[in-house]
Amino acid sequence: MVQSLDTMIETPSQTAGPYVHIGCIPSFAGLPGVYPEDLGLSPIAPGAKGQVITITGAVIDGTGWALRDAMMESWQPDAAGRFAGQDGADPAVSGFCRFAADKDSGLFTLTTVKPGPVPHRSGGVQAPHISLWIVARGINIGLSTRIYFEDEDNSADPLLSRIEQRPRVDTLIAKKTAEGQYRFDIRLQGDNETVFLDI
Amino acid sequence: MKDMTDNGETDAGPLIPRQRHMHPVPYDPEYKTSVPRSPKWPLLSMESTPSEETGPRFGHSLLGPLDNNLILNFSKDGSPAIGERILMHGRVLDENARPVPHTLVEIWQANAGGRYRHVKDNYLAPLDPNFGGCGRTITDAEGRYQFLTIRPGAYPWPNRANDWRPMHIHISVFGHSFGQRLITQMYFEGDPLIDRCPIAATIKERSQLDRLVAPLDMARARPLDFLAYKFDIVLRGRRQTMFENRLEGM
Ligand SMILES: [Fe+2]
Repeated sequence: MVQSLDTMIETPSQTAGPYVHIGCIPSFAGLPGVYPEDLGLSPIAPGAKGQVITITGAVIDGTGWALRDAMMESWQPDAAGRFAGQDGADPAVSGFCRFAADKDSGLFTLTTVKPGPVPHRSGGVQAPHISLWIVARGINIGLSTRIYFEDEDNSADPLLSRIEQRPRVDTLIAKKTAEGQYRFDIRLQGDNETVFLDI
Repeated sequence: MKDMTDNGETDAGPLIPRQRHMHPVPYDPEYKTSVPRSPKWPLLSMESTPSEETGPRFGHSLLGPLDNNLILNFSKDGSPAIGERILMHGRVLDENARPVPHTLVEIWQANAGGRYRHVKDNYLAPLDPNFGGCGRTITDAEGRYQFLTIRPGAYPWPNRANDWRPMHIHISVFGHSFGQRLITQMYFEGDPLIDRCPIAATIKERSQLDRLVAPLDMARARPLDFLAYKFDIVLRGRRQTMFENRLEGM
C-alpha cells in the first residue's frame, strides 16, 4: 500500500442530450420567459474594436448529415489578443458566445470581432483563433476545437505545428467567402474529420 | 500569464490533463447516436494555453430571485410545479480539492411525468403548465450551490427497442477556465433504471458512474416540505507551480 493522493478525479461527462437548449438557450427550445434573455447571445457589444466578422458553418456527422441539435460555445480574446478581465481588455468584448445549429438547416452563425494573436507560455505567439466547444445528443464528452483564419499568418502557430498529418491542418482553418465572411464546417467523423483537441 | 481567482490566490499553471478513461467512451454502439457522431481519429493533445486557461465569468447580478427555484420560476400565478419536491445541493470543487467559487451552474430536466418542455419532445406524458424545467445559480465563496425543484420522471427514448432514461437532472458548469467546461447528469440513489441505461453505461469505470448518483441527504431535507439530494462536482484543476517561477531545469 502507498499513501493516498490528495487530488480528486474530475466528474465524468455525460451527453448534453437533445434538450440541451432548455438549460442553455431556453428561447430556442420554445421556453422563453424564465430568464430576461438567453446567456451569451453575442460575444461583442456595440463599439467593440476590430473587424466584425461572421462565421457560418455546420456540424456534420459521419454520414454527411448536418446536426440539427448541436449547441456550441465560443471563447476568444479581443482584437488585441486580450481576454475579458485581463488588463486593457476591450470592455465591449465579452468573448463568450453560445449558439445552436438551426433546427431546419443545421447551419450556425457566429458574429464577432476577429481576435488578435495570443502569447504562448513557451514565449511564442498563437495565431488568431477562436476556441470552440461542441455538445449534442450522441456526443458523450464535449468536443474542443479551434477556428483559425485562412487570411492570417498561421505558419508559426504552436498548435497547428503539432499536427503531424499536414492535410488535417485545413480542418481548423476558416475559409474566407467574402470580406468579413468565413465558412467553417465541423466534421465529427469520416473524410476530413476535424482535428479535436485534448488541451 | 497570471489569473487571480476570487480567493485572491494566484491560479497555477496549465490545466491538469483530462483522464479520458475516467469519462464516457465517445463511441458506444449501445448508444446508437454516438456511432456517427464520435471522432475516429485520436485527439490532438497539447498543454493548455491562455485560450483554455481563461474563461467567461458571470456575476451574481445575472440572477433573478427565482432562477434556482424550478418549482416557481415558470409559474404564472404562483402555483407550484407538480411533483415530489426536492432540494438538489452540493459543491463545485477542482481536482486540487479547492472550492470553485462564483461559477455559473445551470440545470435542465423533464417534469414529474418525464416530459420536457421542448419543441422536439412529444412524449405522451402531459406538460405541467407551471413547470419550465431550467434553472441556474452561481456558487458562493465556498463553491456551494442549491436548487429547489421536483424529482424528474423517467422517460422512454428511441434507441434500442425499449430503453428508458433513469430519473436525471442535466447540469452544466463553467469553472474559471474554458478548458474546465463540463456538462453531465445527476442520477438518483436507488433508481433501478441506472444499470439499464446505455447512456449511463458509456462510462466504463464503475466508480466514476457511481459519482453521478446523488445520495438521499436527510440532513438537508426539510420536514413536511422537501427531500434533499447531494451532488458534488469536480472540475479540472490547474497544476500547482511551486517550482515553475524558476527557469526550466532549475
Ligand atoms: Fe434528459
